[in-house]
Amino acid sequence: MWLKFEQRPEPSKTMSYVSPILAVALMFLSGLLLFVVLGKSPVEGFKVFFLNPLKDSYGIAELFLKATPLMLCAVGLSVGFKANVWNIGAEGQLLIGALVGGGIALHFEHTSSAILLPAMMVAGALGGMAWAAIPAFLRTRFNANEILTSLMLVYVAELVVSWLVHGPWMDPDGFNFPQTKLLSPEATLPILLTGTRVNAALLLAIGALLVGWIFMNKSFMGYQMKVAGQAEHAGRYAGFSAKRSVWIGMLAGGAMAGIAGIAEVSGPVGQITEHISPGYGFAAMIVAFVGRLNPIGIFFSSLLMALLYMGGEQAQQYLALPSSISKVFQGMLLFFLLGSDVFINFRPRFIRRRK
Amino acid sequence: MQTPSSNTPRLAIRGIRKVYPAIVANDGIDLTVMPGEIHAVLGENGAGKSTLMKVIYGVIRPDEGELIWEGQSVTIPNPAQARELGIGMVFQHFSLFETLSVVQNVALAIPGEFDLAALSLRIEEVSQRYGLPVDPRRMVHALSVGERQRVEIIRCLLQNPRLLILDEPTSVLTPQAVRKLFETLRQLASEGVSILYISHKLDEIQELCHTATVLRNGKVTGSCTPSQESPKTMARMMIGEDLPAYSHGETGHEGEVRLRIVNLCQPTEDPFGTTLKNINLEVRSGEIVGIAGVSGNGQQELLKAISGEEPLADNRVIEMCGIQVGHLNPGKRRALGMCFVPEERLGRGAVPRLTLTENILLTAYRKGMLLGGLIRFGVAKRFAEDCIKRFDVRCGGANSEAKSLSGGNLQKFIVGREIMQDPKVLVLAQPTWGVDVGASSFIRQSLLDLRESGTAVLVISEELEELFEICDRLVVIAKGTLSPSKATTETGVEEIGIWMSGMWPDAEKSGEAPHVA
Repeated sequence: MWLKFEQRPEPSKTMSYVSPILAVALMFLSGLLLFVVLGKSPVEGFKVFFLNPLKDSYGIAELFLKATPLMLCAVGLSVGFKANVWNIGAEGQLLIGALVGGGIALHFEHTSSAILLPAMMVAGALGGMAWAAIPAFLRTRFNANEILTSLMLVYVAELVVSWLVHGPWMDPDGFNFPQTKLLSPEATLPILLTGTRVNAALLLAIGALLVGWIFMNKSFMGYQMKVAGQAEHAGRYAGFSAKRSVWIGMLAGGAMAGIAGIAEVSGPVGQITEHISPGYGFAAMIVAFVGRLNPIGIFFSSLLMALLYMGGEQAQQYLALPSSISKVFQGMLLFFLLGSDVFINFRPRFIRRRK
Repeated sequence: MQTPSSNTPRLAIRGIRKVYPAIVANDGIDLTVMPGEIHAVLGENGAGKSTLMKVIYGVIRPDEGELIWEGQSVTIPNPAQARELGIGMVFQHFSLFETLSVVQNVALAIPGEFDLAALSLRIEEVSQRYGLPVDPRRMVHALSVGERQRVEIIRCLLQNPRLLILDEPTSVLTPQAVRKLFETLRQLASEGVSILYISHKLDEIQELCHTATVLRNGKVTGSCTPSQESPKTMARMMIGEDLPAYSHGETGHEGEVRLRIVNLCQPTEDPFGTTLKNINLEVRSGEIVGIAGVSGNGQQELLKAISGEEPLADNRVIEMCGIQVGHLNPGKRRALGMCFVPEERLGRGAVPRLTLTENILLTAYRKGMLLGGLIRFGVAKRFAEDCIKRFDVRCGGANSEAKSLSGGNLQKFIVGREIMQDPKVLVLAQPTWGVDVGASSFIRQSLLDLRESGTAVLVISEELEELFEICDRLVVIAKGTLSPSKATTETGVEEIGIWMSGMWPDAEKSGEAPHVA
């Protein structure tokens, strides 16, 4: 007897939905094993990691708070991913969005105008788009691979943030900490539920999911991008512009990541520091694929990813595990997802070896 | 015609049945092939011919039934096993790696030592012996359809098969080349090789095959000796009724020039492509112009220039409906009223994983399917259902994926989609390649009707019979140049056949020979 993978006549629709669930289950299972190997009780570990964060309404609000930037980034990235535009630099676009939007808030710190917040959001989106425009231009003009250029620009963005908060934008009364002044109340997103930190950005994110769903499923542009992603020659035959797909794919990702960035600055973080994002831009790629590049799926997968972030914090606190534990879980999730996705196109078959 | 000698059948199949979720592809099929016999398998699209051949070649497993190879009951789990038994197959959709050279492709299928130099020699030897010229060093992606087929045939022959299966082999050859292929096949048969010949071309079957098995809806509906039948009687066995006759309208009521090509010169960047030289052509409203030629002589390049998929340096060289369009992309040319049916169906004419409704949108979105940037799926779906009905597309409905359709049915769908947009200019490449008799006569009649309604139709085809049936005028393309045009009534297959070798009066004498099959 041995195992053989046999190509399915056509990709299994059922499997494409089962695969993320299987991946999550396998991640849980390996997580428990990991706790055992680390000398912790798996039951205790599971409780601390996955149940503790959700035990009260504050915890659930935190879950939505952390899921917000993930939803925003993931839905923007999905638009590009569907057209085979591989923007993996959302983290950098998030940071530049935070800088540009935050810069507006700092520059107009004494204004109490009602348009300050909307202006910051727009500026954040434009900042993210500008950062995403660089790989888009390099791809369409010089055919440079956007995977490399968008990733490299993440590190550039990190250094720009670092320079600004250590230098020109550092708070003069901040005891030399690398951070800007706190944003004024007028520049801070309104809280949705008193007593929690969950803010209006969640509504923006849900709105983005809705718009994303309409764009991808109902709009002609979304259709053209799907064609470009699935059959390049058919797109050219129909006269759809491949360059436009690249631009829209990159800019959608950049805009959403930029909004995610400024929403962190004018929300839970409250100022610009070097630690605006714990890797939301990267985690959003896993969120997008676990959610099957579908906004409804992304809603749920971003909650799952948010839980991994919170579980990681709890595990640090109560199990004395290093903070990288949540990255380990993220990695396992992606690993098992890629593994399970094989079953979409192939089915396992046990065959007897012939003599 | 010689009769097969030995009494043990080379291959006998008994009661083969294969059921797919939606369809019974083969339903109790019996068939016997003797050594040295050329046996035709005749049937419409979806009759089950390809499924049956794949069963024999070990690509798919039958649900029921038995295969008896030279008197022994066998199971053929995979193509490698089939090749080991001595079965070779040339598929209708070629199975070649485009990024490899001819000899590398052949080497992959041949067991034994990997010696490209020696293999190249063997390829040249076989290609000479059986009249199948091809350069072993060329890259497959640069080969024309006709040349790729030769590679497939040579690859089979190198393994000394005792049963050779050919799926629609003549669709891409000149009349002279078809005759040559038939000589090759007769030569093989006289050497004792059995041949299963899948085709819908009744005259060819009559000329070549000793016996024929006719399939319809997955069942055997008859066997016959083609030499004792007429094409009409065989067609009736195949489609269950008589073929419709064409109704040609009057000729000579052509209107204004809808498509004009003026001194088109287009150098190719592909080292194995064809440079277009000084192409001039006019197609008027209400006429069908045909471009004959052996594949690989510039058809692909010319089509891309006309469709707009290959941008042109000079805006003036192509005019559509009086507007210079050399710089316009395909979308803008379509907005002027051009429609186009490409040679490749899956991946270019249609997106494999999208539904038929979504594939309607690919080119027909201008027919009221958009509203403020959003898609009106209801309108697209009605269009798709209409197209399925009018063009008799056999499928599971407008929600089926394009890749679930058989080649011929997908072609009907694509042709239907383009025709139903009421084009001012319709350009078609190989409109009936691999399409069965019933469907291709329907497509041809649709083109004739379109011409009646004033469309300018340009057909590029390698099937001369088809061009003679529907075209008002013919031109020939050879090594990237175009012959003068001739009214179809004033020329014949022989003359056009000679022109296909590049030898028309006043043709450029210098330069390399065209790719003649």
